[in-house]
Amino acid sequence: MRTSSRPKELSGPDGTPVPVVALKHRDRWIVGTLALVVFAWLLSTLATNPNIRWNKVAEYLFFPKIIDGIWVTLTISVLATVLGLVLGILLAIMKLSHNPVLNWLSTLYIWFFRGTPALVQLIFWYNLAFLFPRLVIEIPFTNIGYFWNTNDVMTGFNSALLGLGLNLAAYFAETVRAGIQAVDKGQTEAAYALGMTPVKRMRVIVLPQALRIIIPPTGNEFISMLKTTSLVYVVAGNDLMTNASQIYKQNNLIMELLIVASLWYMVMTAIATFFQSKLEARYGAEAVRLVRRPGFVQRAFLKRTAQPAMGTAGITLTADDSVTAGKDLT
Amino acid sequence: MSNKLHVEANGVTKSYGTHLVLAGVDFTVKAGEVSCIVGPSGSGKSTFLRCLNALESYDDGTLLVEDRHVGYEYRDGRYYEWNTKQFAQFRSRIGMVFQRFNLFGHLSAEENVACALVQVRGVAKSAASIRAREELARVGLAEHSHKRPHQLSGGQQQRVAIARALAMDPEIMLFDEPTSALDPELVDEVLEAMKELARQGMTMVVVTHEMGFACEVADTVHFFDAGVIVESGTPADVLGNPQRDRTKAFLAKVL
Ligand SMILES: Nc1ncnc2c1ncn2[C@@H]1O[C@H](COP(=O)(O)OP(=O)(O)OP(=O)(O)O)[C@@H](O)[C@H]1O
Ligand SMILES: [Mg+2]
Repeated sequence: MRTSSRPKELSGPDGTPVPVVALKHRDRWIVGTLALVVFAWLLSTLATNPNIRWNKVAEYLFFPKIIDGIWVTLTISVLATVLGLVLGILLAIMKLSHNPVLNWLSTLYIWFFRGTPALVQLIFWYNLAFLFPRLVIEIPFTNIGYFWNTNDVMTGFNSALLGLGLNLAAYFAETVRAGIQAVDKGQTEAAYALGMTPVKRMRVIVLPQALRIIIPPTGNEFISMLKTTSLVYVVAGNDLMTNASQIYKQNNLIMELLIVASLWYMVMTAIATFFQSKLEARYGAEAVRLVRRPGFVQRAFLKRTAQPAMGTAGITLTADDSVTAGKDLT
Repeated sequence: MSNKLHVEANGVTKSYGTHLVLAGVDFTVKAGEVSCIVGPSGSGKSTFLRCLNALESYDDGTLLVEDRHVGYEYRDGRYYEWNTKQFAQFRSRIGMVFQRFNLFGHLSAEENVACALVQVRGVAKSAASIRAREELARVGLAEHSHKRPHQLSGGQQQRVAIARALAMDPEIMLFDEPTSALDPELVDEVLEAMKELARQGMTMVVVTHEMGFACEVADTVHFFDAGVIVESGTPADVLGNPQRDRTKAFLAKVL
């Protein structure tokens, strides 16, 4: 509680020090204790429940099939997020473009992929072979090309990737659009006035500043993606959830394996949350380096503290300004 | 001072929907001349200035800047609308300074100045940095080159904006109320930089409410009202001895 920094003594009416009696927050103590009791009780019912065999939880925690599943979950999460981000940026730019066709297509995409459940999309991709037994890439009007058996391509893993990535893109497009629109119109005007083309303006001036707004929520998207991957279970994608379920279907230790899976999801979320807070600290602050970012080594070693601005208040902030190649650092 | 015309506008009109913002503007600027545009709010000054560097399109009339028909290319008896590249190429030779500075928020002062050199002119990064620091030194900001816009005062930001425009070697500089967003004590440092530029013979079109600056630096002053130029002439004529009632009424208010 915040009483520690308060004075222990104050000078009294006659000038001599008089002791100060701190306010006792009795209500806080009572409520806090009650909450703890309830929590401990819940925990003990779980821990001492004869129907949960904790030794089995421990046994399966590092079971090879579980560890394999974790890797698949992580891979799908990362790849699907990347796919979603790239496609989302593209969709947002299409949506903001003056070309009515692109605009309309982007709207349709977003509507479709936000309008149908992710689960349905996953199953759809997995069963694509019903619609197209073969996937063909060929030069039109010739026989030159490649074809694949759709069922070979649409494995659990690939359809999970596609389903989750395309789905995220639709949501992310809206975030990106909001970010782009939040960049001041004056930035665009200045870029045009200097002779930049619309593409350069977007890439060099607007997007980097929009990223500042866009990037923090991507951490959230990733965390939610980690758990959404458990949907992959319906297409047997060999992810953590699928593998856990395959084990409990054989040995009937349903609760134990759900606990194992949950523990791992929590660990992954905790790690991702840590990185997300880093990301937010980095992009939330003004010191953003986005255009022509320095390499990792430069970023690690050339961080320096800017002199407090002369004309302005003496703000000190770490600004990794040491960017432009060939610039002497003074 | 040669008599070559850098800007020649004849009957330029522009409307937003049904609102006629420019109602036939006739306007010329000779090489090396400083033209000040004054007039009441909403009279179309900014709109006209933005037409000059094709940030805004106009509806009718002819507008020649640097002997180019703004927005159109004349070829084989026809006017062809410019494509994106032509617009960009044209604007890259025209410097523009905005009321609200519009420095790129994610770049340092030096990068702000160097950015277009690299992106538009294709200058190597190292050469662009050197040039950027020279331009910043010219406006007295050599020590501030590593700072971001938010670490600079308004006056310093506006001087960076001037340096940024000058780095592109513009043939003409446009200023849209460059000191209106500044605290009064910061106005002079920006006007000083502009006066220095005028002394060096830069062709300038300046929309301003700073009558003192107009009197001292302008070769011609144009009084804008309701989308037309009501009165033009030397500062002494237009500001000192206005002929039109509208000009008199406006000047009575601002002076
Ligand atoms: N994009 C726009 N869409 C619609 N109307 C506009 C637009 N831009 C300007 N206008 C209108 O055009 C008129 C002229 O605007 P302009 O900005 O050129 O005036 P100004 O003379 O620069 O005024 P100020 O001194 O306040 O800057 C105003 O009535 C304004 O409302
Ligand atoms: Mg204006």
